[in-house]
Amino acid sequence: MEPIIKAEGLGKRYVIGASRTHTSLRDDLAARASASVRRLRGGARVPHPSIWALSNVSFEVTQGEVVGIIGRNGSGKSTLLKILSRITKPTTGRFTLSGRVGSLLEVGTGFHSELTGRENIFLNGAILGMSKSEIESKFDEIVAFAETEQFLDTPVKHYSSGMTVRLAFAVAAHLEPEILIIDEVLAVGDIAFQKKCLGKMNEVARHGRTVLFVSHDLSAVNSLCRRAILLHEGSLVMEGPTRDVTAHYLNSTNKLYSPVTWVDLPQDESKEIQLHSAGVEQRGIRTSAIDCREPFSILFEYENRKLLAGSRFFIVIRNARGDIVFTTSDYDVITDEAANRRVGRFRSEVVVSGGLLKAGSYYGTVGADIKNERVIFAENDVLNFDVFESADDTLAERHKRVGLVAPLLQWQISESDKKTQG
Amino acid sequence: MRPSSDRLETALQHRIVVDAETKVFELGFAELWRYRELLYFLTWRDVKLRYKQTLLGAAWAIIQPLFAMLLFTLIFARLARIPSDNIPYPLFAYAGLLPWTFFANAISNSANSLVGNAGLVTKIYFPRLIIPAAPVMAGLVDLAIAFVLLIPLLIYYRIAISWQIVLLPAFIAWATLLAFGVGILMATLNVRYRDIRYALPFMVQLWLFASPVIYPLSLVPAEWKWVSMLNPMTGIIEGVRSSLFGRPFDWVAIGVSGAVSILITVISVFYFRRAEDSFADVI
Repeated sequence: MEPIIKAEGLGKRYVIGASRTHTSLRDDLAARASASVRRLRGGARVPHPSIWALSNVSFEVTQGEVVGIIGRNGSGKSTLLKILSRITKPTTGRFTLSGRVGSLLEVGTGFHSELTGRENIFLNGAILGMSKSEIESKFDEIVAFAETEQFLDTPVKHYSSGMTVRLAFAVAAHLEPEILIIDEVLAVGDIAFQKKCLGKMNEVARHGRTVLFVSHDLSAVNSLCRRAILLHEGSLVMEGPTRDVTAHYLNSTNKLYSPVTWVDLPQDESKEIQLHSAGVEQRGIRTSAIDCREPFSILFEYENRKLLAGSRFFIVIRNARGDIVFTTSDYDVITDEAANRRVGRFRSEVVVSGGLLKAGSYYGTVGADIKNERVIFAENDVLNFDVFESADDTLAERHKRVGLVAPLLQWQISESDKKTQG
Repeated sequence: MRPSSDRLETALQHRIVVDAETKVFELGFAELWRYRELLYFLTWRDVKLRYKQTLLGAAWAIIQPLFAMLLFTLIFARLARIPSDNIPYPLFAYAGLLPWTFFANAISNSANSLVGNAGLVTKIYFPRLIIPAAPVMAGLVDLAIAFVLLIPLLIYYRIAISWQIVLLPAFIAWATLLAFGVGILMATLNVRYRDIRYALPFMVQLWLFASPVIYPLSLVPAEWKWVSMLNPMTGIIEGVRSSLFGRPFDWVAIGVSGAVSILITVISVFYFRRAEDSFADVI
């Protein structure tokens, strides 16, 4: 059977520093560019430094297949989707898509807050490639799916964020192209709605449409896709049945991903405190893929060049949405070393307990300040790691709950004494 | 589920091949045609948003040229005594301001359209030409509203309509094409060089004085007339006036301005096509 998607030697090179005006900090490209600039700073000065976000990626997808694309942050997943969606042109290679393509790289692209729900359905539908008559025929279905009937003529700016997302997904879910390209859109809305979205995705797949699905949520990939592609640093490293690929991904993360997780920072003699390196370890191995069940350590090395009384080191951990998940400092549980600072080189280790964080990507800032006075330094995004659910049993459900963390807590249930109950 | 032969047919119909090596220019008019409804929706969005939360709403489409007309009448007709080809100056100015206001607003909105819709450019594919085209089309709605005021003015000054009026739509179409050409050029430059945002208002102002809006082309000394004709707006404004006031057309001015307009638009479209592959990376 002829493949519906055929990619041959796809590559994409980005010139670093050419995209200074990027609006979204979380943007894949901006993150990659800044990380690489950091690595380059202090190193040899290349006139136009460039990175290959994707190199020599070839694969085929036959009609009706649902293929998952996995890989850690910056592995080239988003770049691949952008190329296949024709948002950006590949630097090398070619691809053929035999059919209408609908791509959902973000829910609600083109939504305008001043327009009403009804108006946005038409506008967004048209942007996604639906014709007016197509939208009209599916209008009631979309509205019912989004559960926003009574607010149809209210400007979207008065909607809650949940409502907006529901409406946006509803429009997207009723797109009927032969090829559907989806990036992380399931991570929206409340649990009930997420279930509905997953159900809709399954339905789409069953109707013989071809789906390319990128997600950090390995359990979602496992349940939706029969085949998966693993990308690492822009290259396709594995392709095969989803179970095998995700298992390989989880098992090999330590070998495969260790060099990138530790950031060696450039030296600056004028700094009062020099941060040398920072990273994450689990089971004593430097990694960026954290099994959410096990504890892991955040480590950093620094040099106190001056004696700064009252200085304290802190870590701020943010999730992929930019929400602060937690902050911690070495004054929380005061130690002798923290109370009596000395000049010299030190190493700090913070152990984060297992079963606390939700699956997803995290970014961390390492810094030091003097309380109520000043920030001595703060290095943003020197920490970067992904948390995974290792087992896809019933406990995986907690990652979909509301709340910034999903702690696995012990419940003690005992029959209460009848007398005290009164 | 549709029969598979049907599916195969649509699949082949919509086959897309993207090759990094391809350098051949393909203008993709067929694809633009397929996305015509999106142009309609984006135009409709622009029109709808323009006057949302404004007190006077669509009246602004008339107020802009009307006040410019009053101001110009006061300064250039009363004080500077600029002639107006024997047409009452307010009418003369308004007839020039109609295409000018449309053109100036259209290129300004078009220039900012790609940057203003960066979210669309980086997240979804459709023929990019639609983005800068939509604000130009939306400007036509304003132009139509502003035209309404022309009718009482023509009656008040007792100007008889003659056969030349049939060419008026042609001049409007020409102004639309030119606004599109200049608009996409500015929008493309704006993606890479945000200086455009600051330079454009200044450029528009200079362009106004270089065009026969305030003064008639007949005021330009004969030896300099050809320079004025190189300005594509000259042919449009003079043409609109001729068709409204039933004067003979200056075919030389129209020809020269028209040729320049076509040249600008063709260059702009090609430049846009060459640059659009990297919009998502640069914007």
